[in-house]
Amino acid sequence: MEILEKSVKEIHGLLKNRVLKCRDLIIQTYKNIEQQEPEIQSFISLAKEESISRSEEIDRLYDKGEELPVLAGIPIAVKDNICIKGQKTTCASRMLADFVAPYDATVTKKLTEHYMIPVGKLNMDEFAMGSSTENSVFHTTRNPWSLDCVPGGSSGGSTASVAAGQVPLSLGSDTGGSIRQPAAFCGVTGFKPTYGRVSRYGLVAFASSLDQIGPVAKNVEDISCVLNAISGHDSMDSTSADIAVPDFTLCLGKDIKGLKIGVPAELFGPAINSDVRQCVINGLELLSKEGACWEEVNMESFPHAIETYYILSSAEASANLARFDGVKYGHRYHNAKNIKEMYKKTRGSGFGSEVKRRIILGTYVLSAGYYDAYYAKAQKMRTLFKLDFAKAFKKYDVLITPSSPTTAFKIGEKIEDPLDMYTADIATIPVNLAGLPAISVPCGFVDGLPAGLQVIGKAFDEETVLKVAYKYQQLTDFHKKKPKLLN
Amino acid sequence: MEFEPVIGIEVHAQLKTRTKLFCGCSTNSGEKRNSNVCPVCLGMPGALPVLNKKAVEYAVRAGLALNCTVKELSVFSRKNYFYPDLPKGYQISQFDLPVCENGSITIDVDNRKKTIGIQRIHMEEDAGKLIHQGSASIAGADYSLVDLNRACVPLIEIVSEPDIRSAREARVYVEALKLILQHTGVCDGNLEEGSLRADVNISIRPLGQEKLGTRAEVKNLNSFRSLERAATVEIERQKALIISGGKVVQQTRNWDDASQKTTALRSKEEAHDYRYFQEPDLIPLRLPVAMIREIKNSMPELPVKKMERYKADLGLNDFNSYQILVDCDMNRYFEECLLIKEDIEPSEICKWILGDLNALVKDGNSSFSECKVTPEKLITLVKLIKSGKISGKIAKEVIKKMYETGADPENIVKESGVEQISDTDMLQAAVDKVLAANPDVVLKIKAGKTNSANFLMGQVMRETRGQAQPDLVRKLILDTVNKG
Repeated sequence: MEILEKSVKEIHGLLKNRVLKCRDLIIQTYKNIEQQEPEIQSFISLAKEESISRSEEIDRLYDKGEELPVLAGIPIAVKDNICIKGQKTTCASRMLADFVAPYDATVTKKLTEHYMIPVGKLNMDEFAMGSSTENSVFHTTRNPWSLDCVPGGSSGGSTASVAAGQVPLSLGSDTGGSIRQPAAFCGVTGFKPTYGRVSRYGLVAFASSLDQIGPVAKNVEDISCVLNAISGHDSMDSTSADIAVPDFTLCLGKDIKGLKIGVPAELFGPAINSDVRQCVINGLELLSKEGACWEEVNMESFPHAIETYYILSSAEASANLARFDGVKYGHRYHNAKNIKEMYKKTRGSGFGSEVKRRIILGTYVLSAGYYDAYYAKAQKMRTLFKLDFAKAFKKYDVLITPSSPTTAFKIGEKIEDPLDMYTADIATIPVNLAGLPAISVPCGFVDGLPAGLQVIGKAFDEETVLKVAYKYQQLTDFHKKKPKLLN
Repeated sequence: MEFEPVIGIEVHAQLKTRTKLFCGCSTNSGEKRNSNVCPVCLGMPGALPVLNKKAVEYAVRAGLALNCTVKELSVFSRKNYFYPDLPKGYQISQFDLPVCENGSITIDVDNRKKTIGIQRIHMEEDAGKLIHQGSASIAGADYSLVDLNRACVPLIEIVSEPDIRSAREARVYVEALKLILQHTGVCDGNLEEGSLRADVNISIRPLGQEKLGTRAEVKNLNSFRSLERAATVEIERQKALIISGGKVVQQTRNWDDASQKTTALRSKEEAHDYRYFQEPDLIPLRLPVAMIREIKNSMPELPVKKMERYKADLGLNDFNSYQILVDCDMNRYFEECLLIKEDIEPSEICKWILGDLNALVKDGNSSFSECKVTPEKLITLVKLIKSGKISGKIAKEVIKKMYETGADPENIVKESGVEQISDTDMLQAAVDKVLAANPDVVLKIKAGKTNSANFLMGQVMRETRGQAQPDLVRKLILDTVNKG
């Protein structure tokens, strides 16, 4: 059990010195998973046999004294919208419940190149649409800090599994906050890289211009290690950036003297739970003591985040999800009399209600006669978000906000009120609209539930974000706290 | 009332790239069904498109050849609709920002020059192919199978301005496009096999009226003949409709070659709302001026220029200089001949290619590129004629053998002993024999009817199994008659 509480570098040292066998590490990982799974339900599928045989191969390499990457032999769990060849990739949807990916996502290949062991696929909101993981067709993942509460979403499985000590690392995807918001709810560290930093090839698209894969871990150092492995230009993804990838661990530990922090006033108002707000302000105070200075900044676009995001992301989703038509793969309604009925009944029975809501919304905003009023206007709005950030980053090195306006809410509390659910992402959405890097780190507890602090950086300046977040974790121990059920 | 047809044409041309528009799969759709496919062109979850550079180059070439402005910035969009041959549920195309705009070509319609505007050229991916079981269409089929070899094959759509005013012009315009696309190496230009597809938009209006009438779009035109015919029929249908007090409705109509009729496919109301929006998986296409210039500089010679060159430099007549370039394969063959022709007249080469060789290639259902009579061998043959070694008539036989066996003309001539007889002594014997057998004709010649010598020449040729050198025979006949 304790082994998984160690950092990536510590585990690597143990593996390298052969104090720990990779096989034992993997067996222990599955023990943890199986022990917690009845309560937490982070996973959709496990790849136990493959993982154990892979661990044996890696043990042989370590035995031979081969110089292996720091992540070699370390287990990682992967959100179930990232393709692993030969394994099910369900997107937590009936539509793909039996879909076996015929190819590897680029990040999957990179995990393999680093000898990592993908132990299983994680639960999520269907097609990454949601903020609670309640929209999974399989089951609702529960928050390890309080089983009555949601883990957040859509990468709820990714954050709950790390929080519950089932795995040391996981991958999630973040379209409007889907890594950072659940990371905040589960008291773990979650990072969304700059749009284009990590290849999207093999990530089942929700909203292509916003989606980005990112790591979840217990601390910033581990995040940096995974980020090193998965970043970089990919010729298979035209939107991936051909920009050099630094070693993201080198910026850790550097001081933050003179660092200028902008604090968006819009995210410290009444929409934010006052206790959560206080946790973040406490964090700012701590950073000030280290020589950083902060001041409020107005981000006038921020109040329009929800409508802008739901128009754009739903429009893209309505096209991205058109391929699930029953013709080529996945779920199909079999008793249709003609092609039209096949389409309707396949999609009608294959998608859950939130996904349908977004497809209908997206189709509507792109329709003739409505395009200008909605989609075109939202695109202009998106430009305003970018301009606001550009202006702010002329003055500040990073922006700091709460990751989510509240701590984890109760299962069932918001599922009947989509609009209320959508507001869980008001702090994270602007970051996706501008394509920026941002991290969520645990910053305190409100009634026993973790709160998250978000650090936002300039495009492709992940290093400053990581440096600040690392410093913060040196000053605090919120990220070391473990949920009671595990103690 | 007199009516004027107004016609605009959309031509889809398949680009001749080796690989597909957004993935590395082969564009060869003739192979085993669903064999040239990958996660990208199958529309697998998570797969992403990557633009084929060669396809962009070809689209730019086409644009330059059609006198378009090539845009430094163009954008791909998603065209959304459901159909089983469309794996992603949308087609990646270009919408408001196409790669080329504002071009034109000048066509020659029965010796009258006319300029047709090109509104735009955009790039897009093709869909797959449905194979219906139990019916010709999806509606009545028991089931339909999908072949995605063709999915994602690169196309350009060339949209003309509504500048065309007759069915004849429509045909000539598409023929001219085809020629240009073929000669620039951009497209095979095969209407029958579908590498070139034309949809014709037709409306009519009272002559002199500016306002356009309601248009109908005619599809399924598989040959130039059916294109011209369909346009004629559609113009007549609309005229009859209006004259009888009816109204043309905006619709898509299908041309049926068998019944020679157009029938309604779908009306405007049934038309899709394609919900175009910018393709987020691709970045905007930026073409630096230098790159456009480079493509311009490496452009193959355009057919118009080529034709001028043939007329001015090679002395070919109008007809031949056009005929020798309509078939690209044949034209390439001709150009190869020109490179090695030495002192042979181009018109002589042209004559053999357009005549005997073309007939052989056509009869053999073959092509010039796989013709056993290589340019070198054809030139050798023409040289044999020029030097008097064989007659033109014999050459016609020799080229047949060359075509069949691929043998050298010199060897054929030697082996079959058809070499021309230019030995005076040998020929004199034959001439004497013929003259002796035709005293009446000899008298006529003596009386000044030198044309009658032609008859005697024929006889001598027969005696010599066609191998006699005709000029020499003629001289010998006249000399002998005059001497005697």
